[in-house]
Formats: sequence, structure tokens, C-alpha cells
Amino acid sequence: MFGCGGCRGREQGRYGALVSVARAERLVNLVLCLLSTRQYLSAEKIRGIVPGYSDAPSDEAFFRTFERDKTELRELGIPLEVGRNKVVDTVDGYRIARRDYELGEIDLEPDEAAAVALAVRLWDSPELTGAAHGALLKLRAAGVDVDQAAPTVVESKVRTTEPAFGPLLAAVQAGQAVAFDYRRPSPAELRERTLEPWGVVSWRSRWYVVGHDRDRGAPRCFRLSRVVGEVRKLGKPGAVRRPDDVNLMAFVANTNTSAEPPQSSTALLWIAAGRGAGLRRRARVVGERSVDGIVGDLVELDLQYPDTAAGWIAGFGADVLVLEPEVLAKSVRERLLAAARGPL
Amino acid sequence: MTAAQERLPRLLALVPYLLARPGIPIDEAATDFGVSAKQLRKDLELLWMCGLPGYGPGDLIDISFDEDTVTIAFDAGMRRPLRLTGAEATALLVALRALLDAPGVAEADAIRRAVAKIESAAGQARPGGVEVGLGVREAAETAKVREVVQSALRAVRALRISYYTASKDEVTERTVDPMRVLIVDGRGYLEAWCRRADGVRLFRLDRVDEVVVLDEPAAPPPYAEPTDTSEGLFRAAPDQRSARLVLRPDARWISEYYPVEDVEELDGGKLRVRMRYSDVSWLVRLVLGQGGEVVVEEPAELATAVREQAAAAVARLDRHLAAT
Repeated sequence: MFGCGGCRGREQGRYGALVSVARAERLVNLVLCLLSTRQYLSAEKIRGIVPGYSDAPSDEAFFRTFERDKTELRELGIPLEVGRNKVVDTVDGYRIARRDYELGEIDLEPDEAAAVALAVRLWDSPELTGAAHGALLKLRAAGVDVDQAAPTVVESKVRTTEPAFGPLLAAVQAGQAVAFDYRRPSPAELRERTLEPWGVVSWRSRWYVVGHDRDRGAPRCFRLSRVVGEVRKLGKPGAVRRPDDVNLMAFVANTNTSAEPPQSSTALLWIAAGRGAGLRRRARVVGERSVDGIVGDLVELDLQYPDTAAGWIAGFGADVLVLEPEVLAKSVRERLLAAARGPL
Repeated sequence: MTAAQERLPRLLALVPYLLARPGIPIDEAATDFGVSAKQLRKDLELLWMCGLPGYGPGDLIDISFDEDTVTIAFDAGMRRPLRLTGAEATALLVALRALLDAPGVAEADAIRRAVAKIESAAGQARPGGVEVGLGVREAAETAKVREVVQSALRAVRALRISYYTASKDEVTERTVDPMRVLIVDGRGYLEAWCRRADGVRLFRLDRVDEVVVLDEPAAPPPYAEPTDTSEGLFRAAPDQRSARLVLRPDARWISEYYPVEDVEELDGGKLRVRMRYSDVSWLVRLVLGQGGEVVVEEPAELATAVREQAAAAVARLDRHLAAT
């Protein structure tokens, strides 16, 4: 219980007697002080006003502490204004403009708050989970009620396990070019890439970085899991500017989706009785036949991507025989022949 | 962030938070801030020492307590929370927009309204350079399955499903007690207690061939734990064997799709990996389908099985081609 109003003030010598005021307490008081002033307050003035600074044993110690405190406030996103009240002032002063500090009015309906709760839970990432929780904290402080324990109909998680994620996101946000070693699988190649990064994009749970590839002189996207080793920063922050007309998501999605439209075709297959369940659930039985003395079904199968289908069908080995079309039969045979040869 | 670095944002948010909720129980506030009630009391004690220059009785933040509830009597000018940082606005807005893409997650309309309100309250927080697309592929029949599954979840009913197990290449009938629907790697899954397997299982929605909502209630046993998908969907099991494979460039995707161990780069873009498997027939199907792009080094029986089955299949194809 500490509810008695008058026993905490400075005049009681409470602050003066203490060797050091807790850092968090000093910073809260600094924020309150700078929010309440319309005049810019010089460092010296702040030293005299805000509890905690008078403990500094020397000018040097004070300025060191004050610099660190300013940095901490700025890192939290507190808009610290620097300026002078009069032209004749010899040193800069500080204040916080309330309109820049305060979160705007916000009022969420229950279904909107439920969406926010779900969104916060989407992240499973050291970089993004913390930021989402920070946002949630502020929304709650603005009076919004968000029930995080509410059950959801569908859950999803977005993870950032690739070591390159943090450095690349930082480079994007700082507008800084990067270089990294990148392994392209096919044709196989490991070489350094130099990129002006525009954004990091997660598409179907895989992370990519999109930007201007300096070596190719064109926009490119790179999969983060194929970045080898360190991401190195190049040049100055702020040097990279993302073009306004680029749609990062569309760029990644198009790069990773076959450009050719699916070509629907129907194949005729024989499947041994009781085998090939994976094929059967996609197929229509149109008849019966024995092959090599084995009873089986004739089935029709609609295929969209013949090349992928050849691998899928080849996997079933001798349980399946492609009767039509011939091109599919040959493609399956080619794969099986290569597998039969074993290591070269 | 360290505990000390997390404290200042919490302290700055606490006063407006309490101001909006006079008489809130301390426990409830502590839960919202993700700290213990003891820590929250310490925070309040600290705030109670802070205030406006002058630091006299009328200048300090005043907090009144009643049993286990708390009310701000004087806010010292800290009436609103600090605005969102660029990183915070990005984390929230990107996630909200990603949800728009997920089928059946929440009403798209509510998400759009939330995005608009947060954008307007956040002001000119810089765009963060992160985008997320869940990219859920959902065929029309899978959407129907999902809708039935979600209706069962809402009504707390058991389901009868016909499910294709790819590892065994078989379709089985199961009665399951649905727990939740989740999206992993762009695919929808039903997590349920499977009465047949007597355990929690994840069922890929596009492999549910038939689904019927039963009259009986869904009753997963109390010890049915949700699956931890943080390490991916495939988990090492004690009864699993492992194979040593060499992946040629066109089969390297396997190392990105399935969990592999002991990865070793070889000449010519090849990769040597160790891969766990429970079902031999599944691995044989995978290797056969890659047409020589995957070479089995160990175990020898697996290599033999692949070669023999491939040879038998080629022989059958050749006999057929010769006959036509």
C-alpha cells in the first residue's frame, strides 16, 4: 500500500538522499518533463529539473548518461525534437511534441480486435513477434480490448528461421545494399551476389529477398535458405530506394509459379488390383484388364502438369502401366530406366 | 530486448492503459502486459514516484488502490500511448494482410476494417519492407472439405473421414475428434484426435477424400496436446530408419522440402544427405519418381529395391510397347 499522496515528493529529500534514481524512473520523468514543456529545454536545464541527473559526479558523466538516455528514447520511437527557443540561444534544447508522440484515436469492433489477436499470433520470429506484441501493448493502452486467448478457426504461423532474415530485413529498412554468397541449385552454382534490397517476402512459408541485382542489372529474388554465410553491408544506409511501382509479392509469386498455363490432358493407365491408391483417388475406372497375368483396372486420369505427373506415376513402378499418351509412357520409362541403372 | 529494455515501453503504456480501465483488477492488467502481478505492482510503485517538474504532491502520478484493483487518479499528462513504430506497424499490418489470403480465417471485411483503422491511427509509420503471402492452394473440393471441417469445429462434433496416407499409399476410414484447422507451408490441415491411431494426427485437407459430420460430440481426451509445428511437420520418430542419398541438382529440392541431416556439398552441385523414413515403400516411390536424380548409397537393401522395381517396371513397359 502506497496511496498516501504527500509523502513522496522531492522536498522530503527522498530523491536527494538517494545515490541513484532507477534508470527507468529517470527516463519516465524525462519523457513527462519533455512532453509538458513547450519551450526547448537545454541539457543543463534538464539536469537541474529531472530527478536522477543531479547524481552525476561530473559534467562528463552527466552528458554521457544524457546521451545514452536520448538514444534509448529515440530507439523506442519517441520523437525527440531538437531546437532553440531564441536565435541568441547558444545551445540546443529538447522537447517532445505531443501530437507526434501520441497514438491517434482508435476504436476496434470486437471482430476487428479478433483479427488483430490472430494477426499477432501469426508471427513466430524473434524480429517480428516482439514488434507485434509492442503494437498490441499500445493498442491496449489506447483502450482497445484484445482477447488473445480467443479460440480461432484457422491457425497459421510465419517463421523466420533463416539466419539471413535479420540482416536482410535490417538492410531493407536501412536502405543499404548488401552482398552475399548464394547457392543456385540447378544449374548448380555458388557465387557472390550484390543486391540493392527492396523487401523480404514470405511466400508459402519460404522467405525471399527481392531487389535490384547489380550484377544482372535487373530485379531478382533470392531464397533466404540458399544464402550461404554472412550478409555483408555495402555502402551507406539510405542509398537504396525501392521503386514505387514494384509489387514485391507479385514478383515473388510469379517467379515461383510456372509461367506456362496448365495443359490439361487425359491419360489412360493400367493399375494392378489393390495397388496405386494415390493414383486411384484421382482417377476414374473405365474397365478391367490383366497385364502380365496380373488383374488390374483401366483408369482415366486428368493431368495438368505432364512433367510432374511423370515422376508421380513412375514412383508406383510396375504397379502402373501408362497406355496413353505415348509421350507420357516414354517420359515415365526414361525416369525408370535412369533409376534402374543406379549410380553411374 | 532485455527485461530492462522491455520495462520502459510497458511503463509508458501502463498509465493510459489504466486510465482507460478504471478499477481494473491488477491480475487482469498483469495478464494483458504479459508480466506477473508482482512485477506489475513494482511498475506501479515506480510510476507513483514519477511526475511533472516540481514533483510535489499535485505533480506526481497518483494511483489509488482498492483491494486488488487499481485506478489512476492523476496521469501527469500521459494520457495516450506512444505511437506505433515503423517496425510495430509493419509487424501488425503485414500479418493482418496475410490473413486476408487465408481461406476461412476470419471475416475478410473485419480484417480490412482493422487494417484501415490501424493505418490511420499509426500515421506515417514507414513501410517496413516485409510482405507475407500464405499462398494457400485450395482446390474447390478441398474448400468444401474445409468448410465441413470448420462447421464440425464450431458445432464440436466428431467427423468420419476417408483419408489418403501418402507414406503408406492407402486410403483409410477414420473417426476423428477435430481440434483445429491450421495452415502450414501454404496447405490446410485438420488437427484431430484419431480414434484409430489413438493419438493426435494432422490430416492434410487435400487428402481428405470424404468427410461426414457425426451426431456424436467431438471429445479429444484431455491429454491430447496440439502438435508443435515450429520445427516443421516431419518429426524424427524412434522407429525410423535413415538412408544416405546423393541428390543431383534437379533433386536438391528434396533437401529443402523434407528434413535432412548431415548435409554435404559434393562436386557438380550434388548434395549428400541423410534422410529419415518410416516406410520403405514411400521412399522407393520418391526415389523412383526422381528418375536417377537421387542415388541411394545406404542402406544397400533400399538401393537394390529401387533398382529392381525400376527394372521390373521398365520390362513391363517394354513388353507392352512391343505388343502394341
